[in-house]
Amino acid sequence: MAEEIISGQLEEQEFSINMGPQHPSTHGVLRMVLKLKGETVKEVKPQLGYIHRGIEKMTEKLTYPQIIHLTDRLDYLSAHILNEAVCLTVENAIEVEVPERVKYIRTIMDELNRIASHQLWWCAFGMDLGALTSFFYGLRDREKILDIFEESCGARLLVSYNVPGGLMNDIHPNFQKRVKEFITYFRKKLPEYDALLTGNPIMQERTKGVGMLTKEQAIAYGVTGPSGRGSGFSCDVRKHQPYSAYSKVDFKEILYPEGDTFARYKVRIDEMWESMKIIEQLIDNIPEGDYTAKMKAVIKLPVGEYYQRVEAARGEFGVYVVSDGNKTPYRMKFRSPNFSNLSAINLMASGQKIADLVAIGGSMDFVIPDMDR
Amino acid sequence: MEKEKLKDIIQSMISDVEILTDKQFLEVTVRTDQVLKMAELLKNSSETSFDYLFCESAVDFNDHFMMVYHLDSTKFRHQIVLKTKIADRENPVVDSVCAVWIGAEYHEREIFDLFGIRFNNHPDLRKIFLDNDWVGFPLRKDYTDPINIVER
Repeated sequence: MAEEIISGQLEEQEFSINMGPQHPSTHGVLRMVLKLKGETVKEVKPQLGYIHRGIEKMTEKLTYPQIIHLTDRLDYLSAHILNEAVCLTVENAIEVEVPERVKYIRTIMDELNRIASHQLWWCAFGMDLGALTSFFYGLRDREKILDIFEESCGARLLVSYNVPGGLMNDIHPNFQKRVKEFITYFRKKLPEYDALLTGNPIMQERTKGVGMLTKEQAIAYGVTGPSGRGSGFSCDVRKHQPYSAYSKVDFKEILYPEGDTFARYKVRIDEMWESMKIIEQLIDNIPEGDYTAKMKAVIKLPVGEYYQRVEAARGEFGVYVVSDGNKTPYRMKFRSPNFSNLSAINLMASGQKIADLVAIGGSMDFVIPDMDR
Repeated sequence: MEKEKLKDIIQSMISDVEILTDKQFLEVTVRTDQVLKMAELLKNSSETSFDYLFCESAVDFNDHFMMVYHLDSTKFRHQIVLKTKIADRENPVVDSVCAVWIGAEYHEREIFDLFGIRFNNHPDLRKIFLDNDWVGFPLRKDYTDPINIVER
């Protein structure tokens, strides 16, 4: 054996290993079966279903206000945005016009949620690449957003603040003050993120030109959100099909044409700046009024089909409802961004090293409960 | 693009098609054996250019299944819904659209797993969420699970 190794006559062979389900860089219970040749990844086969809870089946037995609490548990990092998707579907179906105040608050909450989600992504992405410090910086700032959530919604992560027709309760009297304080604070702190990680040569070496995804491939696979926009795929639902108060605010859709891991990184950093811009335009102009529209005690959707698209922190989230006129949906389908984004992982990681797969997975920002549903 | 104009274009592409304009999206219903042909035409025609499949799902209507494809065009920014009815409940089969939109691969695996609808020419048709020895198809309306009861 030793002689064969020295003389280099040992036969090369492909072998398969499991990455996960308990692997820290998969950010949850995802198992990827890798075909390897040496350290080069030949093929990635994700195995899903470790936390499949059958949420789509459960919704068939629940009323619409109850379903809100299940959507929290899909992509828990953009819980508010997912709640809103279900609420908008119901409101459009029964043709209820929600007060302007609700639209403004929802948009502000969405953007706070997006910033919080991107902060946690930034923490984890740094840690995936071996930069542990980023984790402390990101969580330090995210805590401030969660405090704002706690004050108004009563919960920090799974907020369930939206209900069909409006909001669960009015915002806390401190809300505007706290949000403005946070924006001032975070405008000072966000450049630290760049100073710590973006300009770091090791980080750039490991992300530039790694995990390429062209615009055509992104469209074909349905890779949306910051991951899609890092490939130049203009897919921001907030721009193309505005909902809530997005038609009233001025913001840029961040697009990077490179399509590598670094481009996806840059999109998210820039999106945090844009989100702050959106909040600043709305926070002083929240109109007076009710925090909910008048709703019937039992919500029944008219017979028909309804689809609502929203922009979650990880991409396009869709709710497809088929109603037979009852208080529970006949069929409810959630189009989750992570599920579609994951389908491109084999294409992106093939031919790269195992360590690059970790970087690519980090830049796609996977949330596993959203895939498994 | 206006729904009426889009309707005329699609009607001229293929015979035996039913189009509804009074819904949220333009609704195009075709025969099961024409799904793949319709999908190719919708994607490749320079007038429609539906290159982005943003949702693919199935619905169980007790006596038949309905396949639902939500399509978007990144060029024209118009959307339609493509539908097809699968009448055979015992042995539901439909052509895979993976060759047209590769993103359909996972969606179709999910539908195969939870509805039991098989897809012709799918590159890798395996169960995606459930165990290989799982009996029954949970999202079907006649599915009962005596162990994990969801009925109340």
